[in-house]
Amino acid sequence: MRVNFTVNGRRHEADDVWEGESLLYVLRERMGLPGSKNACEQGECGSCTVRLDGVPVCSCLVAAGQVEGRDVVTVEGLADFAAHRSDAHPGTGCAPGACGTALDSARRWKAAPAGEETRDTGELSPIQQAFIDAGAVQCGFCTPGLLVAADELLERTPQPSDADIREALSGNLCRCTGYEKILDAVRLAAARAEETV
Amino acid sequence: MGVTGSPTNINQGTRTKGGIGESTLRPDGILKVTGEFAYSSDMWHEDMLWGHTLRSTVAHAEIASIDISEALATSGVYAVLTYDDLPTAMKNYGLEIQDTPVLAHGRVRHHGEPVALVAADHPETARRAAAKIRIDYRELPVVTDEASATAPGAPLIHEGRDDHHIGHVPHPNIVHRQPIVRGDAEAAKARADVVVTGDYYFGMQDQAFLGPESGLAVPAEDGGVDLYVATQWLHSDLRQIAPVLGLPEDKVRMTLSGVGGAFGGREDLSMQIHACLLALRTGKPVKIVYNRFESFFGHVHRHPARLHYEHGATRDGKLTHMKCRIVLDGGAYASASPAVVGNASSLAVGPYVIEDVDIEALALYTNNPPCGAMRGFGAVQACFAYEAQMDKLAAELGMDPVRFRQLNAMEQGTLLPTGQQVDSPAPVAELLRRVKAMPMPPERQWESAGEHPDVRALPGGLSNTTHGEGVVRGVGYAVGLKNVGFSEGFDDYSTARVRMEVIGGEPVATVHTAMAEVGQGGVTVHAQIARTELGVAQVTIHPADTKVGSAGSTSASRQTYVTGGAVKNSCEAVREQVLEMGRRKFGTYHPAWATAELLLEGGKVVTDGGEVLADVADVLEDEAVDIELEWRHRPTEAFDLRTGQGNGHVQYSFAAHRAVVEVDTELGLVKVIELACAQDVGKALNPLSVVGQIQGGTIQGMGIAVMEEIMVDPVTAKVRNPSFTDYLLPTILDTPTIPVDVLELADDHAPYGLRGIGEAPTLSSTPAVLAAIRNATGLELNRTPVRPEHLTGL
Ligand code: FES
Ligand code: FES
Repeated sequence: MRVNFTVNGRRHEADDVWEGESLLYVLRERMGLPGSKNACEQGECGSCTVRLDGVPVCSCLVAAGQVEGRDVVTVEGLADFAAHRSDAHPGTGCAPGACGTALDSARRWKAAPAGEETRDTGELSPIQQAFIDAGAVQCGFCTPGLLVAADELLERTPQPSDADIREALSGNLCRCTGYEKILDAVRLAAARAEETV
Repeated sequence: MGVTGSPTNINQGTRTKGGIGESTLRPDGILKVTGEFAYSSDMWHEDMLWGHTLRSTVAHAEIASIDISEALATSGVYAVLTYDDLPTAMKNYGLEIQDTPVLAHGRVRHHGEPVALVAADHPETARRAAAKIRIDYRELPVVTDEASATAPGAPLIHEGRDDHHIGHVPHPNIVHRQPIVRGDAEAAKARADVVVTGDYYFGMQDQAFLGPESGLAVPAEDGGVDLYVATQWLHSDLRQIAPVLGLPEDKVRMTLSGVGGAFGGREDLSMQIHACLLALRTGKPVKIVYNRFESFFGHVHRHPARLHYEHGATRDGKLTHMKCRIVLDGGAYASASPAVVGNASSLAVGPYVIEDVDIEALALYTNNPPCGAMRGFGAVQACFAYEAQMDKLAAELGMDPVRFRQLNAMEQGTLLPTGQQVDSPAPVAELLRRVKAMPMPPERQWESAGEHPDVRALPGGLSNTTHGEGVVRGVGYAVGLKNVGFSEGFDDYSTARVRMEVIGGEPVATVHTAMAEVGQGGVTVHAQIARTELGVAQVTIHPADTKVGSAGSTSASRQTYVTGGAVKNSCEAVREQVLEMGRRKFGTYHPAWATAELLLEGGKVVTDGGEVLADVADVLEDEAVDIELEWRHRPTEAFDLRTGQGNGHVQYSFAAHRAVVEVDTELGLVKVIELACAQDVGKALNPLSVVGQIQGGTIQGMGIAVMEEIMVDPVTAKVRNPSFTDYLLPTILDTPTIPVDVLELADDHAPYGLRGIGEAPTLSSTPAVLAAIRNATGLELNRTPVRPEHLTGL
């Protein structure tokens, strides 16, 4: 089947999708966006978290057909998404299809074994920068999902309490950090946002 | 040319930023937060196929027949392989003993053992085709514990063993056994005023790294194969892969792809040989990615253990003797079991002075899942038991448990039960003092004056099952002793290639090693070392591959020590050569070239007095200095197989924990409120990463205390919970705050005085949590993990 949907603000279609494929599989294997991770593919770890019409979901549990006509944001589009939220549409986020990251720029790096290319990253979103600065990234496999979930938390609750952070991120497993530095990162992003207000 | 006849001030040769001791950020951080970092499961190749493994549904059986015809006829399937398709006579692999079949031949020995492989054009096609393979199993009785493994007439897991341990084991179903006898424990017992004994059980833990086993094998025109894979030790994989494929090692080219955590679980091979076999058979690139269910079968676990301990002490609190027996379940294949036995026995006494000991540790062959390396490696199980014993003794003597430990704490100069002297700082009493001195978290945090209780702060959290009526607090302490690096005479070396050249007018260093970056931050530290030693701002870390010599394993807390040491060593050689070039070019301009101690700093050659002699760019011009060297720490020796005596270990690391828990005694629920840690790291090369490692290790230890356990059915030896739904891992809601106090007492034998740090915090956190729960409830609690039924007595 063919699925039409918006990814990181741009319209796309995926062809030859078999009806059992998940959104995660389509993003990773058909669209060349492997940023969303495949740690359990059973809805338990949150590493595949993307936003579907603004709501954080485990993309491994979403059948590809379910996203027909809908709007998906992945970690690859997070920086642009966050920039638009603060610049173009403060406090709300973009309307579907209006803004966003083109597939080619989201995919500037391609997971082919021949020659690993690093790109000029440009701007990071505040939560991405905070994860780096706070040392919240170790192996980094949990990071994309956590970033999407944490960004959504900060959009909803710009100054979250520790209990708020824990609750919002409780669906995202991390095996490396012990979570303390992840808490630090979210606190740091919130504090920086407060300073700039 | 910026030379250099006249003396200049050091201010121009500023110290290079981002050297050791600073919290520099990860070089791979930006790629990881933007989703662009290429993990092994992200590998992709045009025209690639997907591989899938068919695994045994029973734990112990003869394979009467395998019928692959229907699978092979499935549209989209390119190959189906069984044992018969293996290309050479070498059909097994193994870290130490080659007892693990690439694909089962004739017999399966554990639930989930690989039996057949499929390659197809879609992962689902491969899975469905695998399901069409017909296997006729004739089930055999299972061996699951010591009694069944050594009973008369017990089936032998490996008949006709010919490995070098077989001569020293009392039964062929025992992989390895190590006694350690020192002094006379029986005689010393006579001096004891109190004697306590305990039987403990330590459950099977899973590494549960998040990045699944995965990789891509690409067949090459020369008949070889290129393998992109997540592993802990490229060269160890290579040594095991090449003979099975029938290829010389230089035709199996391995490149490390992004590793999503390891914790010991990637020391053994998983999909490496399978992907190569399928690629070589089909002539197409083959990608294999395990799902989580398969991952639970695809790697070895932490050995579950039964431990019997006896300790004695005098009235004034001095330990008199210790006797223990540690039985580790190694499962169906040896993996790292012999080395785990060596660690469990040699560290069984913990960080305490006890002169008279009688220790025995052994690992069994059973039909349970194979067990091998996991963070803490044999020392974890022992620590759980000896720390429980310390609390029991303190209680018997009416002493404070921390005071009692401090009275018996080892220090620099103490002899271990192996007769080896600890010849670097061993601040055990001090770490306990520090962790005890940390401020306590406030009590009853769910009560905010006059308001409704905040149920989120209660055990059970939002389930709102209590308002705190049955909640009691407990505090517990523990400390542990872990060796660093590979022990018992292993040639534990590492190799680093360092290149220095001028690019765009700036000196640039490139560090090339085969070190597996598994998340621990080795790449960060290598850049820091190169900046410190070579005085360059810009350091490139070359991808890890087998084009450079072995770096050894990213395990045993050894990588910063050994590969860090190799990078330092190679940098020093590069520096010497750069200075030599400088002397030849500019030696006549200034006498200091010949007389002074020279350094590289801020891109310049400077004297130890701070005079700048030259720009490195001018010394090198368009030449590059490129040096590859091996580096070894001081050698160790094997333990005597009867007495356990020998200088077996390189270095030790120490961590202490204080756990604060709240237990709902009515519901049987535990909330860990805080896990404070004090650890000696020798020298913190990157303080931010050090704290991150300590916190991560602490939570893995907490997991085993309160939730993590692979459940194996005792009758069928089948795994009951191979999923993240049923194998519980700590979430951010389950984890406490983790204040960390880092002590830096240099070890004079190690590069920069550093001490391996990754494992020690996993040791002491488990017994500290157990001690706190015992303190809260008064229950004995001799097993991990503690479950609600153990607390409510149901
Ligand atoms: S991969 Fe989707 S929740 Fe784990
Ligand atoms: S899982 Fe490795 S950093 Fe979170």
